[in-house]
Amino acid sequence: MKSFLMKSYTFLIFFFLYAPILILMIFSFNDSKSRGNWDGFTVKWYIELFQDGQIASALYYTLVVAIIASLIATVLGTLAAIGINNMHGLPKMMTLNVTYLPMLSPDIVMGISLMLLFIFVKINLGFITMLLAHITFNLPFVIFSVLPKLRQLNNDTYDAALDLGATPFEAYKKVILPQISPGIVTGFLLAFTMSIDDFVVSFFTTGSGVSNLAITIYSMARRGINPKINALLTLMFIFIMAILVFVNYRMAKEKQSEKREKY
Amino acid sequence: MKRKFLTAPYLLWMLIFTIIPLVLVVYFSMFETGPDGVRFTTEYLERVFEPIYLKVIGRSIGLALISTLFCLLLGYPMAMILASKELKMRDFLIVLFVLPMWMNFLARTYAWMTLLENNGIINQILAALSLPALNILYTDKAVVLGMVYNFLPFMVLPIYSVLRKIDRSLIEAAEDLGATPARTFFKVIFPLSLSGVASGIIMVFMPAVTTFVISRLLGGGQYMLIGNLIEQQFLTTGDWGFGSSLALILMVFLLLTMGIMAKTDKDQEGGGLW
Repeated sequence: MKSFLMKSYTFLIFFFLYAPILILMIFSFNDSKSRGNWDGFTVKWYIELFQDGQIASALYYTLVVAIIASLIATVLGTLAAIGINNMHGLPKMMTLNVTYLPMLSPDIVMGISLMLLFIFVKINLGFITMLLAHITFNLPFVIFSVLPKLRQLNNDTYDAALDLGATPFEAYKKVILPQISPGIVTGFLLAFTMSIDDFVVSFFTTGSGVSNLAITIYSMARRGINPKINALLTLMFIFIMAILVFVNYRMAKEKQSEKREKY
Repeated sequence: MKRKFLTAPYLLWMLIFTIIPLVLVVYFSMFETGPDGVRFTTEYLERVFEPIYLKVIGRSIGLALISTLFCLLLGYPMAMILASKELKMRDFLIVLFVLPMWMNFLARTYAWMTLLENNGIINQILAALSLPALNILYTDKAVVLGMVYNFLPFMVLPIYSVLRKIDRSLIEAAEDLGATPARTFFKVIFPLSLSGVASGIIMVFMPAVTTFVISRLLGGGQYMLIGNLIEQQFLTTGDWGFGSSLALILMVFLLLTMGIMAKTDKDQEGGGLW
């Protein structure tokens, strides 16, 4: 009896979580503008999507911003993580708290505060400002992906490399970097996903003519329902899922190899 | 080995793009630039406390509280099921629970727009069963539904991670000493899970009280929450002073809430997402 109740409850909750998303995806193939009825299978919304110049431009900005922002955040964040790992006491605590700040402050506050900064120093809102904002919210994700890897490092290997005549730079490149690279890649991919998915911060930090997919979806949705949005969201979901499956696969593989090393 | 300098570019970046912007919010809410230079003013902050705006703030907090409560009521049993020892396929179910969070929240909100519209699928089904139509789109009910739908996983996961860590022998001891299941729950399990409940509440309440997207898409254009009010000041009216004041008061309010909650979460065990 108890297990039946548990199963039913679990089913209901998962139904609540998944039914709307599934219906959204199924109706991206519906040959009708009125969403309640199923009027046959079609891919015309997808075709219209690919012919839509506004969406093509949004896709372009989304990808370019995501790639550049996550690359810069990865370099800056990895260096920062190495530094933080060598810090102690109060400076370390302060740096970590500063790192938590963008993760803790509400998106809307981050969006408007960056907007104020850009207006204050008179940079026109647009591509560059959106890029700067994305780098900012990506940094913590990189740092918190790399830091655990650095903590696991055995410091003796670095010293051994120095004793054997490597310069500090060589020792870093040949000894430290290969060991923390899984964390760096994970951080990069997380930052990339966050960037692709971001709406609120982009919404406040971009200007006329430059918008990403999320902003385009929002302005379309504000005007009402449009099956093209269903098609676009379906594609975005599949794309993000593919990245996440890849990240998880990597993490699982690392865990296995760590276990093997232990025993 | 001095490698601390590697943090310098990062700290400079955070100073320019995180700390200074927050200082600017405070600055714009308290100073204004007139013809005779910059002067201190409390005019913007006072406006936040005018009745029409207090009503908006009250409504935002009210709806966020209702949504948080629904998330807690729906989410706690779910977290208990996920943490129960006899559960099969636990890892798989957890992944299924995390997955929707990675779907863009615009998508999750938009999905409910299509479901709830007048001739949307819910009303089609109701009509087929000859039940009365459900017309809640563009009301506060739809906004609460959208919030619960979007933020439910944020409640379940922290509670789940705390429940998993509870020492089973404590529960067995309570049972051995003759406590009923209900008594065991209220005297042992629930008090031990409070830190998870506290993080869950923060993680649902924060995004719920600051949202402007859910209220705009599911509540319609007329529906104002504090997030919409802030958005309007910055993107439509261009009244940065008032917008910054609203953001400042929102932040102070959230910091206080988090401070109170952090007291409950003494051991910082609240897990979180990572």
